[in-house]
Amino acid sequence: MKLIASLLILAFFATVPLWLQDQYYLHTLVVTGIFMLAAMSLNLLLGFTGQLSLGHVAFFGIGAYVSALTSLGFSVTIFGMPIVHEPWPPFVGLIFGALAAGLCGYLIGKLAFRVRGAYFVIVTISFAEVVRLVSLNWVELTNGPLALPGIPPMTLGFEWSGYLTLWGKAQNYYFVLAVIVLTYVLIRRLVYSPYGRAMIALRENETLAVSVGISVTKYLVLAAVFSGALAGLAGGLYAHYIQIIDPMIFMFLNTVTMVIMVITGGKGTLAGPVVGGLIFGIAPVVLRSYVGPEVQWILYGVLMILIVFVLPEGIVPAIERWFNRGGASRSPTGRGASSGGSSGDGSALALSGSGKGNS
Amino acid sequence: MDQLLQHLVNTIIMGGTYALLGIGLTLIFGIMRIVNFTHGELYAFGAYMMYFFATILGMNFFVSIAFAIAAGMLLGAIIEFLLLRPKRGADIDTTMLIMIGAWIVMQNTEHLAWGGIAKSITSPLPEAPLVIGPVSVSWLRVMVLVIALALIAASYMVINRTKLGKAMRATFQDSDTAALMGININSIYTMTFGFGSALAAAAGALLGPVFVVTPTMGDLASLKAFAIVILGGLGNITGAAIGGFILAFAEEIGAGYISSGYRDAMGFVIIIIVLLFRPTGLFAKAERVG
Amino acid sequence: MDTSVATSASKPILSVDHVAVQFGGLVAISDMCFDVHEGELVSLIGPNGAGKTTAFNVITGFQRPTRGTVTFRGTSLEGLKPHEVTGLGLVRTFQRTSLFEKISVFDNVLIGLHRRTSPSLFGTLLGLPRERRAEEALREEAWETLRLVGIEHQANEAGGSLPYGDQRLLGVALALAANPSALLLDEPVSGMNASETSRFIELLMRLRKMGKTILLVEHDMPMVMKISDRIVVLNYGRIIANGTPTEIQNNPEVIAAYLGGGVKNA
Repeated sequence: MKLIASLLILAFFATVPLWLQDQYYLHTLVVTGIFMLAAMSLNLLLGFTGQLSLGHVAFFGIGAYVSALTSLGFSVTIFGMPIVHEPWPPFVGLIFGALAAGLCGYLIGKLAFRVRGAYFVIVTISFAEVVRLVSLNWVELTNGPLALPGIPPMTLGFEWSGYLTLWGKAQNYYFVLAVIVLTYVLIRRLVYSPYGRAMIALRENETLAVSVGISVTKYLVLAAVFSGALAGLAGGLYAHYIQIIDPMIFMFLNTVTMVIMVITGGKGTLAGPVVGGLIFGIAPVVLRSYVGPEVQWILYGVLMILIVFVLPEGIVPAIERWFNRGGASRSPTGRGASSGGSSGDGSALALSGSGKGNS
Repeated sequence: MDQLLQHLVNTIIMGGTYALLGIGLTLIFGIMRIVNFTHGELYAFGAYMMYFFATILGMNFFVSIAFAIAAGMLLGAIIEFLLLRPKRGADIDTTMLIMIGAWIVMQNTEHLAWGGIAKSITSPLPEAPLVIGPVSVSWLRVMVLVIALALIAASYMVINRTKLGKAMRATFQDSDTAALMGININSIYTMTFGFGSALAAAAGALLGPVFVVTPTMGDLASLKAFAIVILGGLGNITGAAIGGFILAFAEEIGAGYISSGYRDAMGFVIIIIVLLFRPTGLFAKAERVG
Repeated sequence: MDTSVATSASKPILSVDHVAVQFGGLVAISDMCFDVHEGELVSLIGPNGAGKTTAFNVITGFQRPTRGTVTFRGTSLEGLKPHEVTGLGLVRTFQRTSLFEKISVFDNVLIGLHRRTSPSLFGTLLGLPRERRAEEALREEAWETLRLVGIEHQANEAGGSLPYGDQRLLGVALALAANPSALLLDEPVSGMNASETSRFIELLMRLRKMGKTILLVEHDMPMVMKISDRIVVLNYGRIIANGTPTEIQNNPEVIAAYLGGGVKNA
């Protein structure tokens, strides 16, 4: 059931460029998809391990800059040593960007998970701020506030197959859609595996999780690496799609957008960031014809507070509960842990994934 | 040497206001266990109120400072009453999200209300700097330091010598026991938040005339306050006071000897170093809670 | 080790050797020595505040001892983190929350089974058959564990929604899932009614038959006397007696400690 519904939704999104001719709307959807991807990565930390990363935009921006610079080439002098890099294909840049952001996730995780809680939040914010200042001041590498223009669009393919350069909006749309689907599947597999269960166990009750042999550092750092790398991937996609980036990419409001997407959709659910991402990707387009950006942000802020007060779990769990209310009652082994995956697919609290019936 | 002396003087002057910011934030964290993301916005609010009273209404400079502080206290109390009181006992992540929401609302409201153009506040103090030997300081900055030190001393008096301070310290130690002893925790929380906010507004009102007032000035102030508080240990008031001066010193040195572009990065570098080597802050033993 | 009475000739599986714990000036445990042998059921009793839970915390790595060492199967536990101690096969339950309340009973046990598998990250992400088979096997083991403690019919309920006695059983299931060779149970029957307690005793008997070594902290004296091979009595952080239930019942120092200190808890 759930699978069929997912495929139908996917099929719908696959048809969008066929009937949506307005290039501006298509552009909005591409950017929405990229931010949705970033929100999915944030959800891994915020939702599944319960660690609020408020510097998430740093991973996104690092991915963007590394990917852009890898494909543009650069020459800098570090401690008197000249370093020259010739341009590489954008696809390699994308991978390097994700790797660099993942490495940063590793370092931040190692550093901050010794203390966690409020400290983790502050460390992540600080990290983003330091990265922003570096991007602003290391003019030789990043062009500083003058921005890094002329980033080549994404090119796919191999020598033997020929290359496809993604110039058009529709092409980028499909590429981003493919990356989202792939990422969704990967995150789903991770969550419904012993890895994901360990992360959720740490979120729910750390002492107890540790007592059954789960290592705090290992799984939190793993989540940070994975989350950072995915955010970096999103950043790389952004750089090659927009083709120009500047230090404004690191602004805190970008992190806030990701956080709002996750908590509105439902943190700790697979579908949450997708739903939240769609809402807040499209909302600005609707809002902009009525109000200025300040009012839009005020609305976002108010909404964030309202969500915490009224719908703390987010939209997806609320809808799920509404659906389940009329559905099958809790029969002992009927619906069972055996079908736990299909009954609560999006819910963090059903961890067993789909599997064969048992007992 | 002369240059270093100048840096030290600048450090002391900036350190005073940083200490105010830090004490306000650490007080709120220590007593209420709330990471107050609106702290920087209350700093900006203090600066705008200063602009409103002193420049727009043309009121006396010092009276304006007092009014700006009072306005900050009132706004802080309102925030606590409306947003935090209903969520008493919620976990730290919940209150953080609320405070982030409030932060965005406040900043953009300021933007709407005052526009994006920087405002400057003229001071009645003489333009010519005070020159002592190789060091020169503007009279405005001297005044800022004097008032900041007076406010720090006053905060200590309130915390250590008054009945309110005693109740605050009791809540700081153990809120359940304090409640059992008949302390009204709700009003202590509101007053604490108002008090902390007043200190942030004071820092804004003092630095507003030194720099310019912009809607986004609160962002860096919040982040610097976090750095100061981590440096001193979360919830440690003396640590925050000293942390304010250390951050100011690091910024002076960073700007003077590395690159002025990295002045604002020093706070974060400090955070990372502290967390690497002394995660509980430099002064962990003093009066840390939890 | 004069206070430890060897009840079998085999080497002890767990030995607590001159352990002391101080919190500031407060002495929680002073110079504690005792051994637990393979397959034994040993109870740790004593009035409230005698240091029983502290002893558990030290043994399982949640608390560093001020002095002394704990050895499990010949490995010193010094400096090991709690999850590493669990990794050696020494698993505990907690007095209060010993289950994940919001998570289903079945998934609770799956989490408990964490130590049983070590899937490769890439295999997991790629959904390789080997990882799928391992997951299947894990689910089968989860069912077995649930059947062992007798709560399999509630597999889909959220842990926190179970009746109190079943919650305690789930706590044990979670610990059992980690495949312990020695199980440390912290007041498992406190708050249970008589029928729940007798159900729990049956479970303990089954675990003994499986050869699990059990160390128990408990206030329920009739139960302790009935099921223990040996009893270690703590008072004010000090071991005052160590022997069979009959010996303990007739030990004048134990009687004095209970009558003088915490008779209500006895």
